[in-house]
Amino acid sequence: MSGVRVLVGTRKGAFVLTSDGKREKWDVSGPHFPGWEIYHLKGSPADQDRLYASQCSGWFGQVIQRSVDGGATWEPVGNEFSYRGEPGTHQWYDGTPHPWEFARVWHLEPSLDDPDTVYAGVEDAGLFRSTDGGRHWQELPGLREHKSGPSWQPGAGGMCLHTIILDPSRPGRIFAAISAAGAFRSDDAGETWRPVNRGLRSEGIPDSDAEVGHCVHNLAMHPSRPSVLYMQKHWDVMRSDDAGESWREVSGDLPTDFGFPIDVHAHEPETVYVVPITSDSYHFPPEGRLRVYRSRTGGDEWEPLTKGLPQEHCYVNVLRDAMAVDSLDSCGIYFGTTGGQVYASADAGDNWEPIVRDLPAVLSVEVQTLSGTGH
Amino acid sequence: MIRVALPAHLRSLARVHGEVTLDVAGQVTQCSVLDALEARYPMLRGTIRDQRTRKRRAFIRFFACEQDLSHEQPDAPLPEAVVAGAEPYLIVGAMAGG
Repeated sequence: MSGVRVLVGTRKGAFVLTSDGKREKWDVSGPHFPGWEIYHLKGSPADQDRLYASQCSGWFGQVIQRSVDGGATWEPVGNEFSYRGEPGTHQWYDGTPHPWEFARVWHLEPSLDDPDTVYAGVEDAGLFRSTDGGRHWQELPGLREHKSGPSWQPGAGGMCLHTIILDPSRPGRIFAAISAAGAFRSDDAGETWRPVNRGLRSEGIPDSDAEVGHCVHNLAMHPSRPSVLYMQKHWDVMRSDDAGESWREVSGDLPTDFGFPIDVHAHEPETVYVVPITSDSYHFPPEGRLRVYRSRTGGDEWEPLTKGLPQEHCYVNVLRDAMAVDSLDSCGIYFGTTGGQVYASADAGDNWEPIVRDLPAVLSVEVQTLSGTGH
Repeated sequence: MIRVALPAHLRSLARVHGEVTLDVAGQVTQCSVLDALEARYPMLRGTIRDQRTRKRRAFIRFFACEQDLSHEQPDAPLPEAVVAGAEPYLIVGAMAGG
């Protein structure tokens, strides 16, 4: 017996959506932590019942929640995120130096093989790790202390470390992405880092192909080919075939190459999904038509996927962590919108159905493919 | 016995209903009350004041006896009515929308 568990973080709580392998009927649980912003939830690849959630509030700050029973119950764990040493400054929006200040956890990335180890990407940009199930957090300061750090500037949503990818074939290799600094890679388990942004061009910075300063929105990797990376940048969809050493644009025939999430089919490393958004000024789909675009050629050639998605009067956005894929034989694709809909396709994007329509604005969507022993 | 009233979100986080009552050793100040509160409910650490500096979070207010104590010194004694348990010490989320 197999099934899926979709973990949805919203502006006003978390929701857990479960179904069997057919993905036709859904059980909706939530809101968990009602009234709090849930930036991200994610399950451990090593233990499907171990989940972590980032819960925060402008009033009460950051809380980390952990579940050991697949989201049925939760317990708050450690929430002290202190930068190591004297954190120094980065640039503020107006170009003046601004002290590094912790605001919130944007992304939680559990270890591939240890349920008690989890990474946290935070605003202001930094990478933390817990090795005791979230009770205590230690910064891996090599990223923040990169020589370019004092020049980093926040993107519109804050200076956030929003993407963490662990390379399954090469222990110790970690990719991270920061708005608006760019993509970075470590080959020594997070001790040292270097920018991997060669080939990116951004019009909004003084030197359009600078080493850092690019507003990378999201990265994706297929685990069977970890040297191939896909990137949704502020503008431009990019691809690297050499683990980030160089990038080339694969926006091809997309109607617009602005957007936030990007993901890869679970079984087809050359099949990629994006959600084109009109522009940085208009954070909604072109022509009010919500279309996922799929490339089966690793980019450049894209097809719109529209069956079951609203094709008129649709002005929602899909945020960077709000798309995910399951690994059932017929790959499922999921995404959530700022209008509170979570859409699912059980056939790789050909047909879509809303699982729920009226949640608070969706901040993140993750999916777990469950074996029969889970809760 | 000190009575402490928490905002709804922190009652949920601490899994309590209604007021919390605390025994506070020594002089009863905002700092000693919050120390006792966080010792009893460790999940509240960091949600009311910074864990290292103990500075009040910006959108938290402290009231008692119809007074705003938010800007008082943390080590100043609390009003006798709070010490005696006649009045609660109120921890309030500032009115700021949402």
